[in-house]
Amino acid sequence: MGDLLAKLLTRRQDREGGRRRGGAVALWAILALIVLWVLTHLGAIGQAFAAFGGYLQYRFIQRALVVGALVSLCASLLGVTLVLKRYSMIGDGLSHVGFGSLTVAMSLGFVTADSLPRFLPGGLRDGVAALCSGIAANPLPFTLVVVVVCAFLLLRISERSSMRGDSAIALISTSALAVGVIVTSMTSGMNVDVYNYMFGSILAMSSSDVYISVGLSVVVLVLFMLFYPRIFAVTFDEAFARATGVKAGTYNMLIALLTAMTVVVGMRMMGTLLISSLIIFPALSSMRLFSHFRAVTICSAIVSVGCFLLGMMLSCVYSLPTGAGIVAVNLVVFIAFSAIGAIRQ
Amino acid sequence: MALIAMRDVTIAFEGIVAVDHVSFEVDPGDYLVILGENGSGKSTLMRAMLGLVKPRSGSIVYGDGLLQNQIGYLPQQTAAQRDFPASVEEVVLSGCVNRMGRRFFTNRADREKAERNMALLDITGLKKKSYRNLSGGQQQRALLARALCATDALLLLDEPVTGLDPAAAQEFYDVIRELNHSHGVAVVMVSHDLGGAIRDAGKVLVMDRGMDFFGDVEDYRSNFAERAVSSRG
Repeated sequence: MGDLLAKLLTRRQDREGGRRRGGAVALWAILALIVLWVLTHLGAIGQAFAAFGGYLQYRFIQRALVVGALVSLCASLLGVTLVLKRYSMIGDGLSHVGFGSLTVAMSLGFVTADSLPRFLPGGLRDGVAALCSGIAANPLPFTLVVVVVCAFLLLRISERSSMRGDSAIALISTSALAVGVIVTSMTSGMNVDVYNYMFGSILAMSSSDVYISVGLSVVVLVLFMLFYPRIFAVTFDEAFARATGVKAGTYNMLIALLTAMTVVVGMRMMGTLLISSLIIFPALSSMRLFSHFRAVTICSAIVSVGCFLLGMMLSCVYSLPTGAGIVAVNLVVFIAFSAIGAIRQ
Repeated sequence: MALIAMRDVTIAFEGIVAVDHVSFEVDPGDYLVILGENGSGKSTLMRAMLGLVKPRSGSIVYGDGLLQNQIGYLPQQTAAQRDFPASVEEVVLSGCVNRMGRRFFTNRADREKAERNMALLDITGLKKKSYRNLSGGQQQRALLARALCATDALLLLDEPVTGLDPAAAQEFYDVIRELNHSHGVAVVMVSHDLGGAIRDAGKVLVMDRGMDFFGDVEDYRSNFAERAVSSRG
């Protein structure tokens, strides 16, 4: 009886082992197919690279590359923390808020001194009109302020109130989107600009945008690196950090602020609807392969910048929308990393 | 002088009293176990001792040079944490963050302290292992090493053996006793594991919103345990 049982058990283990081996074989086969495809299409890939090289002389491509690489870097670093703190949707929520405030900023361009109420003194009307057209001409600072305020608000709501964080985010982000759509249809209507805000465009950046973007990205990177040990402590265990006298609330605020800045900077290029993928994908991909926080962070930075450059190239050579191209590359990397992770286990 | 003195502390959430007029002190080297049913306010009391919730009335006084950033805490693990990609070393070192003051990064003294505590808890060999691949008992040891990085004087443990198998729980209690006896660390432990938790305890506090009992463990064994049985019977 005991013998029979032992025999049955070993056979069962064999079968399980076999199934696992079968899975590994299938995954290796997929990887081999990918490698094979790359090898057989080397010529086409070379041509694509050559074509991309040709694009590099253009000013707007250079701008997009610089800003995009920096934004990808910032987003991937923050992404690790946001994903682990279960805050990944904050990026998504904030990008919708960004869209809403961008459209409002643009619509302010339609305000003239004559359109303001008559009872206001003339000087004030002129001043307001000038301010409005200033905001409309350069909407990024205005958007930044609105998004940062909303980031704090979201954090407050998810910490204090009885409403759950994800519901609060859904509430705020859809409301902001609704405001954006209403304002757009009342003023300019759905035009190319609005389309670009939603899905991103490398042409959208003016040179002043580039300066702001580079400045903000550098601030995000420096702050993230300086506060790295504290950010880790707060991400891993907020209750412990708080209890032992670390000002966890302050560092949550810092994370929200940095996220807001990254979202605003990246929104123009990636598009409102796609920017949150830049935050989530690299972190998730690297967590498939690495199990140390520092390794995950570094890998996610490399993956993010790599995917950005590749996506950018695809976008230029095959004239795909930039944001969508980058997301597609990220998805492929995520699947590949998941496969490798599964094989290694 | 006491490390923490709770003076007539009352805590309420939305009008419901969770902790009702509780007074006691924790002295250096104490081993206090707080017992009570679910909802008896024992975890709330601990969160108040840590400064995570504010009492509605009464006062909590830290003494004997104890500062907020010198308390070691072993919280209950969250689901997100069990699957967290971090090495044991990173986790333990994060206990030193509260001593960094104006510094941005950990220094050599912090890293040495982390090493010492990992050696003390016998997890030096797991240093480069990922936290999420450890067993429940090993994870608790890593978190305990982290708590020791934050304190030399006082450890607060919230239901530390929940989810551990009996052997691992036993081992964990042995580690705590060692810390208390040989290293003079005061221990406050919230538990509903009656038998194991009070084995090494010096004092016992039984919570039922108010204080049902506070005193030496011998008194608890000879009086309160019987009374509890006879009052139920």
